[in-house]
Amino acid sequence: MHDLAALTPLSATEPRIERIGAIRIVEVTDRSLASLTCRSGKSRPFEAAAKALFGGALPAPGAWFEGAPFSLIWTGPEQWFVEASFATHEDIARILKEPFGDAASVTEQTDGWVRFDLEGTPVVDMLERLCPVPSRRMKNDAATRTMIEHVGCLVLRRAADRFSVIAPRSFAGSLHHALCAAATSIA
Amino acid sequence: MSQSHRIDGGLIDRSRALHFRFNGKTYQGHPGDTLASALLANGVRLMGRSFKYHRPRGPISAGSEEPNALVELRSGARQEPNTRATTAELFDGLDARSQNHVGPLSFDLLAVNDRLSPFFAAGFYYKTFMWPKAFWEKLYEPMIRRAAGLGSLTKEADPDLYDKGFLHCDLLIIGGGPAGLAAALTAGRAGANVILADEDFVLGGRLNAETFTLGDASGSDWASATVAELAAMPNVRVMARTTVLGAFDHGIFGALERVSDHLLQPAAGKPRQILWRIYAGRSLLCAGATERPIAFENNDRPGIMLASALRSYANRWAALPGKEVAIFTNNDDGHRTATDLLAKGIKVAAVIDSRKTDAPRTNRYEVLAGALVSGASGRLGLSGVEVRLPGGETRTIACQALGVSGGWNPNVHLTCHQRGRPVWDEALAAFVPGGVLPAGMSVAGAAAGTLSTAGALSSGAAGAVKALADLGIRAKPADLPEAEDAPVRIAPLFHVPGKGRAWLDQQNDVTVKDVKLAHQEGYVSVEHLKRYTTLGMATDQGKTANIGGLAVMAEMTGKSIPETGTTIFRPPYTPVAIGALAGRSAGKDFRPTRLTPSHKWAAEQGAVFVEVGMWLRAQWFPRPGETHWRQSVDREVLATRKSVGICDVTTLGKIDVQGTDAAEFLNRIYANPFAKLAVGKVRYGLMLREDGMAMDDGTTARLAEDHFVMTTTTANAVGVYRHMEFCRQCLWPDMDVQIISTTEAWAQYSVAGPNARRLLQKIIDPAFDISNEAFPYMGCGEITVCGGLRARLFRISFSGELAFEIAVPTRYGDALIRRMVEAGKEFDAVVYGTEALGVMRIEKGHAAGNELNGTSTALNLGMGGMVSKKKDSIGSTLSEREGLNREDALGLVGFRPVNPAETFAAGSHLIGKGDVANAANDQGYLTSVCFSPNLGYTIGLGYLKNGAARKGEVLRAVNPVQNAETLVEVVSAHFVDPEGERLRA
Repeated sequence: MHDLAALTPLSATEPRIERIGAIRIVEVTDRSLASLTCRSGKSRPFEAAAKALFGGALPAPGAWFEGAPFSLIWTGPEQWFVEASFATHEDIARILKEPFGDAASVTEQTDGWVRFDLEGTPVVDMLERLCPVPSRRMKNDAATRTMIEHVGCLVLRRAADRFSVIAPRSFAGSLHHALCAAATSIA
Repeated sequence: MSQSHRIDGGLIDRSRALHFRFNGKTYQGHPGDTLASALLANGVRLMGRSFKYHRPRGPISAGSEEPNALVELRSGARQEPNTRATTAELFDGLDARSQNHVGPLSFDLLAVNDRLSPFFAAGFYYKTFMWPKAFWEKLYEPMIRRAAGLGSLTKEADPDLYDKGFLHCDLLIIGGGPAGLAAALTAGRAGANVILADEDFVLGGRLNAETFTLGDASGSDWASATVAELAAMPNVRVMARTTVLGAFDHGIFGALERVSDHLLQPAAGKPRQILWRIYAGRSLLCAGATERPIAFENNDRPGIMLASALRSYANRWAALPGKEVAIFTNNDDGHRTATDLLAKGIKVAAVIDSRKTDAPRTNRYEVLAGALVSGASGRLGLSGVEVRLPGGETRTIACQALGVSGGWNPNVHLTCHQRGRPVWDEALAAFVPGGVLPAGMSVAGAAAGTLSTAGALSSGAAGAVKALADLGIRAKPADLPEAEDAPVRIAPLFHVPGKGRAWLDQQNDVTVKDVKLAHQEGYVSVEHLKRYTTLGMATDQGKTANIGGLAVMAEMTGKSIPETGTTIFRPPYTPVAIGALAGRSAGKDFRPTRLTPSHKWAAEQGAVFVEVGMWLRAQWFPRPGETHWRQSVDREVLATRKSVGICDVTTLGKIDVQGTDAAEFLNRIYANPFAKLAVGKVRYGLMLREDGMAMDDGTTARLAEDHFVMTTTTANAVGVYRHMEFCRQCLWPDMDVQIISTTEAWAQYSVAGPNARRLLQKIIDPAFDISNEAFPYMGCGEITVCGGLRARLFRISFSGELAFEIAVPTRYGDALIRRMVEAGKEFDAVVYGTEALGVMRIEKGHAAGNELNGTSTALNLGMGGMVSKKKDSIGSTLSEREGLNREDALGLVGFRPVNPAETFAAGSHLIGKGDVANAANDQGYLTSVCFSPNLGYTIGLGYLKNGAARKGEVLRAVNPVQNAETLVEVVSAHFVDPEGERLRA
């Protein structure tokens, strides 16, 4: 077991939780993430491995699927992000590569991204100040790419009052600032 | 004087008094007032000075079309020029000043321009100030600039916040008058997602300004009851104080919501305004109509206004510009004003109706049928009008207010934002929306030329039904109250002929004469007319002026108005603060910042940061006692070359390339061969653009048979990735290759210097042998560090030293640099920034962005031989172009000063001794220059014609920008360790 201490994307030892009005902005750091891409001509073994590992069908474009231990987000043609608990799946790329073998290309993305969960009744009002996605109409299994203050992000709806924003990690500070500003605006 | 001109009634809250200041004097108004209505109620008609002639002016309208009553609102950093008093909502503590005058408003010294008006006719600035030529820049232009313009800027930064926002709806209804409310009621009750936006702070449009009834209720009561019903519907968003500014592509609209403009200042953290982008399935334009004036001599006297505005001030705001009122009209609507004012007990001196036979007759007020108003008196405020009777005799009528009605222009603006042209309606004598509208838009109510209240209500409801039907939503028209349904009766009249100046565009001081002059000088196209006379150009965009100008031009050319043309309407519908367009992207938030994994540690060390794209990178790390950046940089360079230095190189792009065809893919992307790179090895690669010029360079490591990791330069990380995606998806879709960025997933540090290996051996787990034999130069591998953390190690060197790059998952990057600094203490390790990095790469002769500048080829870089002829790769064919392979092509070489004490600058051009320093004698230029602490003098890299063959030659480095010149000797680009022994140690 190594002895290096981790920092969160916001450069702290503990994840940040911000409460602004009825909104909670939660920095989520206990999830690991990997990209999973089907290789050319390998749909059949890929789907078989996916079914065995994830149980259900892979989410369609614009959708995500919450499962245990793996959640899946559609991120591009034949490409998904796979999310799991960091505590049990820190080495997620290796864990995925094994069952998929040469049917898939896998990369570790855990620390490539920062995830903020946005919670609270007015969360849609807040998102309407941030990005052009039709957040009010999004279903609870919807996920899409968008821009928030110039930063390319993934936006997922988890519940009526709960969304996740996943963005490149180095932008964490700027994105957090933008989220807080929007929450203050609508508070 | 307290609200001397306030009458009974109105939609103002008299239970509260609001105190405000205009030109330093305190007045009182009420909630519901605008600044203009409150000033009129206080007997103030004079509110501003005109643009060119500085003529005294008062409001002519009661809405956003206002050309005259422009003020500077608020003070200090919040001061906003050119704010329309007619739309500025009154609040307690409002402070406004009139603008564009020297001295007091009632005695403007620049009013001398009015006396000199013969010299300031249309186009005067094209004709005067021509001589002497030298006077233009020093005298004329500064003078004109001082005199021109309306309001002034404080030049202080705007302290307010502005949000941007994004909304989606089935139906966007633009305008909340009778048509818009009927449409919203219809669509809302059908369950559609509706946005109803109106620029006013009270919805209802003309319903709030008229005395008509809708069913049993007053217009304003019906409007407020309807708005209350709409506001209670969860599927309807009612947006007051929101102007839809423009119709953009694919049913997208821009709208500005003035969230806090009716407050003294926005609440902390709250925006002043929100610029919304609205994505609408369908849109229904219910923007109403704007009344137009009739031009006559001195028709700009304060107190002369549109008849409908006079009615609005009386009915909605209970304010009047004068106790005696006259009306000048060419249509029946003018008589409504007379009737309404009479009902309020106001004296109507006369209604001058230009129609001889069609003018309605009544015994309640005097009607002068077939008469024209030919002049007005009262410089600072109207005192009377001169009327030319049908028989030719004139009569003077005393009045302090004149309502003018020249007919109504449908507000077609948004129908034209996609270049649709309105069409002329003879019956209305006005333009109505043409057949080609922005996608998904339809028009209802007065905006469509349906000018009666009943017509507006029914066309609004019908418009909503039809728009929703397009979307597959069934709706039935809302049940509507009975309402006024009078026909339009008008005899077109745009100006009263006469000798004096009659004003068409009051904001830009354009008269009938100016239009005639433009015609006389050959400006017959309406677009030229606009530019020559400035008609319709200012903040009001000619909302009350354009048709009048067109009509005069039509008269001159003998054509009809529609044959003469229309000008193009462009967004925004009304002016927008620049702050609203910027949104949150202002000041430090202009763009986001990317932080490196070692940022926190570097900040603790007091590092000086530099922006590299959006990244903040440590530029150098000053130590106590170092007062100049060179001291820090020299120390970092010397310590690294002597022992070991650490540098955060996370910002370099990392692109993960996998798939069975990954090797062949890279072989095509890079100009040099990659197919046979062994697993566990790294290779330097140069990629070309399709045109054969160098695009980017970097190293690519082969981690497995089907797995590579490419590094790109920091600046080109995105561009290279995009290029590779294009190649993968479009050029070679059959290849089995998958790419994805992993730039941020790994914290990567360069560890360079003779002790780099010894330092890393303390970090890397002992199971991994990194001796020169086991892990030679250009080796790579997956390792573990600090007791089992997965990591990657690459033996590559940018500095020319024995060097490694070590990568760990980003969250551990902070801990790793702290651990390495601790482990490096025994070697006097330093952490170095981008400046030292730059010095060392110049010393080593490695190209960077300065050399890969978009104009250089592999040959220029001294890497011509790397472009493989044995394979096809992007850019290889066009790199063989004759022009790129001339014998005297630029070649990258090094330079040092002949006198080591002298220095020179990057960007200097290379000129032969004795040659004139000009473009013809240009031999090349210096790309990168630094002081080399190892050599003790300034060194440089640069491109020199046939450079490789000219070592030892002495040239002049000429820097005309700084008026400097240095003799330099051409040397090898490799100043340090030219044989590469150190990096292989």
